[in-house]
Amino acid sequence: MRKLLKYLNDYKKESVIGPLFKLLEACFELVVPLIMANMIDIGIRNQDTGYILRMGSILILFAVLGLACSLTAQYFAAKASVGFGTALRHDMFRHIQSLSYAEIDRAGSATLVTRITSDINQVQSGVNLVLRLFLRSPFIVVGALIMAFTISVKLALIFVVAVPLLALVIYGIMVVSIPLYRKVQKLLDRILLSTRENLEGIRVIRAFGMQGRERDEFKAENAKFLAAQMLVGKISALLNPATYIIVNVATIAIVWFGGRETYAGGITQGEVIALVNYMTQILTALVALSNLIVSFTKALACANRINEVFALEPSIQDGDGVKKVTDKEGAEQEQTREAAAFHQVSFAYPESKVYAVTGLDFSVKKGEMIGVIGGTGSGKSTLVQMIPRFYDVAEGSVTVDGEDVRNYKIEELRKKIGMVPQRAVLFRGTIRDNMKVGNEDADDEQIMEAIRTAQALEVVEGKPDGLDTLINEGGKNLSGGQKQRLTIARALVRKPQILILDDSASALDFATDARLRKAVKGLKDMTVFVVSQRAASVMQADRIIVMDDGKIVGIGTHDELMKSCEVYREICLSQLSEKEVGQHA
Amino acid sequence: MHKQDSTWKKVLFYIRPYSFYVILSLLFAVLTGVLTLYAPILVGDAIDFIIGKDQVLFDRILDILKKLAVIIAITGVGQWLMNLCNNQITYRVVRDVRLKAFKKLERLPLSYVDSHANGDTISRIITDVEQFSDGLLMGFTQFFSGVVTIVTTLIFMLTIDVKITLVVVLLTPLSFFVAGFIAKRTYQMFKKQSEARADMTSLVNEMVGNQKVVQAFGYGSTASERFDEINGKLKTYSLKAIFFSSITNPSTRFVNNLVYMGVGITGALSAMSGIISVGQLSCFLTYANQYTKPFNEISGVVTELQNALACAKRVFDFIEEEPEPKDDKDAVVLIDAKGNLDLEHVSFSYKKEVPLLKNLNLNVKPGQKIAIVGPTGCGKTTLINLLMRFYDVDAGVIRMEGEDIRHITRDSLRENYGMVLQETWLKSATIAENIAYGNPDATREEIIHAAKEAHAHGFITRMPDGYDTVISEEGGNLSQGQKQLLCIARVMLRLPPVLILDEATSSIDTRTEIRVQQAFEKLMEGRTSFIVAHRLSTIRTADRILVMKDGNIIEQGTHEELLAKNGFYKQLYESQFA
Repeated sequence: MRKLLKYLNDYKKESVIGPLFKLLEACFELVVPLIMANMIDIGIRNQDTGYILRMGSILILFAVLGLACSLTAQYFAAKASVGFGTALRHDMFRHIQSLSYAEIDRAGSATLVTRITSDINQVQSGVNLVLRLFLRSPFIVVGALIMAFTISVKLALIFVVAVPLLALVIYGIMVVSIPLYRKVQKLLDRILLSTRENLEGIRVIRAFGMQGRERDEFKAENAKFLAAQMLVGKISALLNPATYIIVNVATIAIVWFGGRETYAGGITQGEVIALVNYMTQILTALVALSNLIVSFTKALACANRINEVFALEPSIQDGDGVKKVTDKEGAEQEQTREAAAFHQVSFAYPESKVYAVTGLDFSVKKGEMIGVIGGTGSGKSTLVQMIPRFYDVAEGSVTVDGEDVRNYKIEELRKKIGMVPQRAVLFRGTIRDNMKVGNEDADDEQIMEAIRTAQALEVVEGKPDGLDTLINEGGKNLSGGQKQRLTIARALVRKPQILILDDSASALDFATDARLRKAVKGLKDMTVFVVSQRAASVMQADRIIVMDDGKIVGIGTHDELMKSCEVYREICLSQLSEKEVGQHA
Repeated sequence: MHKQDSTWKKVLFYIRPYSFYVILSLLFAVLTGVLTLYAPILVGDAIDFIIGKDQVLFDRILDILKKLAVIIAITGVGQWLMNLCNNQITYRVVRDVRLKAFKKLERLPLSYVDSHANGDTISRIITDVEQFSDGLLMGFTQFFSGVVTIVTTLIFMLTIDVKITLVVVLLTPLSFFVAGFIAKRTYQMFKKQSEARADMTSLVNEMVGNQKVVQAFGYGSTASERFDEINGKLKTYSLKAIFFSSITNPSTRFVNNLVYMGVGITGALSAMSGIISVGQLSCFLTYANQYTKPFNEISGVVTELQNALACAKRVFDFIEEEPEPKDDKDAVVLIDAKGNLDLEHVSFSYKKEVPLLKNLNLNVKPGQKIAIVGPTGCGKTTLINLLMRFYDVDAGVIRMEGEDIRHITRDSLRENYGMVLQETWLKSATIAENIAYGNPDATREEIIHAAKEAHAHGFITRMPDGYDTVISEEGGNLSQGQKQLLCIARVMLRLPPVLILDEATSSIDTRTEIRVQQAFEKLMEGRTSFIVAHRLSTIRTADRILVMKDGNIIEQGTHEELLAKNGFYKQLYESQFA
């Protein structure tokens, strides 16, 4: 929490004024019983109507002042806490933008989303609550105690016993019940998981005729949940009766010993009433405090989670930048340079002891089309993700245009590359908005050209609104194949030097897939990587890289590999008929 | 209002089994309510015997205090028991509702599940039920005791002094009025705040959820700009919403203070003229505090209850969804099917406006291998939906072993199918439990045998706990290929007469795939199988190929027949090597 406090720096004034006015309000509240006592002891005793009315108007004045103070406090507290939340969100969003794939993998996207939304909201309300009430409740408790002492030191001893006892009971019940509540929550999560599983697996469950057993399991989980709820309910149900009893026993003591004090002439009747009132005030304040502590612990837990995100350091930092070659000779040189090259590259994912890929070594000429094939987990995706520097190599180096990727400014490097990831993700907005994601300056003509190449023309033309068609969140109004084609088009709009299709045509049927490859191959000057599990998708590539278990086991054309590479042959034979295997040759 | 009534009725229906607890709870509410209010009277009486120096009637005070002690003890215990009753009612009612909802889930027609977002259904069964539970509990604990407190306070106050009571009664509604006024003003702010929040959540969901894409396209700075814009909006609305809602409390407290002071002043004046005693004044002061509190609470409870009712309605709506029609009374239990399937003049559509299958005829003999091919989205799963009776045909009839499948019990019909879908589904349980899913009585040997046949044994033994490794939520600790192998093993264990394989091998490691393919060949031997296939080698060995396009079967026949036909299939086949 302390680390996050810097976000209150801009709101120092508000953070001080808020609690201050709250305390002022508490003072007014604390004086009320005393004035009442005076009304009784002096006003009633002396039959002084004027005094009563005078005191009465003072009370009303105090109430108005109290309200004014309170409103001021609420305003400043709201201002400070909202400002705090806004600044925190702003920084966190930027921080997340700066993270590289390795950190995103470690934290998980879904987690990051929760952190920046609900966790920050929780902390924001926590800050608001603290500014408003955290000082107030203890202040009332202490204030009421002091008031009791000013009335009678002897009777105040009752308070000295009762207040810690109350605090202890409230605290004890909380200490016992909070972990139990957590357990209840966990059991509820189990029920949620069960429900989700049953919805997602509804076909399988019915196919196996397992409804009965699922229901029994669900029943058992609910029984556990119920038992946990009952237990924690029993304990927290103690809070009210226990505090009630303590406060009233204290009241009995006040009346009894107050009677004796009055008899001895130490205090007055009105003061006894005032003491009883102070007791009630303390109880209210303590209960408020206990609710506060619950929300505060929640906010604190959220704050810790937020700090975890800030603690993630982006592992990939900008390089110094690469000089642009402007002279003629340089430009010529650039033409002949390799588009991309791997030099003895090894890489392991964070928190994994095993290398995902080792000893990758090859180079790719400009305009070449490279197929990458291999089974799941063979390292195909890892290989291509190192080109735009989504992950940094552990050993060796990757170069693009002859420069180590680590020397580029990240933005500069990625501008050269069009990446089509496995999971086809489109954003909410029109198709045009989505096409412009990687290239804001693209005009409709460029967009349509990319769409044609990506075989997505029918997708756009099939919609009445064309490029203005709205895509729902997550692209739910499009089929998997349509989404994939649009993501390919989006990458093409960037006019990248290197296009990477990371298994991104899997939802396309063979005919479309084939047309797409043909169209992409026709693009001049673009180096293309096609990652796939389908032999048919990579067969026509200029060269094919065959991956197996993190290593390159073959590089060459289809025909060469059929002769020399055992793994490649196996893959082809399992997927294609002999005629098809040979047809290409 | 009328709608709420019927929801109430349903809520009462669920509460009825626990009437005993309800009555008990009510009794305790009245008992503790009355006693709680009686206590200040006793305190006031006692204080009246404390008159001044040398003027204290100790024996009278002692009597009163003794009485007070007993009352406090009874009240304390009564409150606790009341809370326990309320817990019993609420938690049990909620459990009943949830079980009922789950039971409905198991009997819902697939068309409901397919046409509703899972998230919506989950939130009905989980979040809405919880909200309902909170509201119900609050209603029981605070609503009843609140009403009891208000009524009893009024009566007690009236018995002491009418004039002061009037002050209290007249001033209290002010607090309602103020709270209502603020709530009305705040509502707009809250609405705007939650709109801004929703905008932010969906932006964050998209951008942070797909951070990798955002980075790949260098979209970060634009995303940040969009974020800032919404963040700024949220700031403005939040400040207003938080401030305005947070003034409710001080304002009502202010009104309460006014009430207190009103009582103080009129009370003091009355006491001066001897109409009431000082003790009674102290009692009134306590009441003034207590009387306004339940009003504030109840107004909170009413909103909470309305919310709870709205949630309850969503749950009840779900529970009342039309279930799958029950199996016919005279439905046949089909055991030992051979794999004879007939589709006669079958027509089907998901939406009436969009006809899909029209007059489809198909005869499948035991052991035949039927391949279903076609472009993406051609509706291949529709056929599966019909075969397994996840959906019923609109016209025509599907027969298994000559029996209309609508006259076969669903469970026994489905037992004859083994299904491996493209989207794998595993339970968060151990690997062994997952393989034995359709056959919980399987021995460990049988499970291992099935795993071996599905070539899953190898990777399973490499997992930290082998067959007892718990699969984490959504199979996070398994690769897609491994998940699919487990699904295959699950079918291997049952060996049903008809197989449905939905692109089953599309994402399995290419080399394992060969072995799985062999295992499948073995599995398919003598079994009728439907394969939604992309792989030509599978298609070519099929006894029959169904070529689907736009939801309809447009061609059928063997590979050679279809090629000779020179139709869509040929086009499809050749396009791969174009």
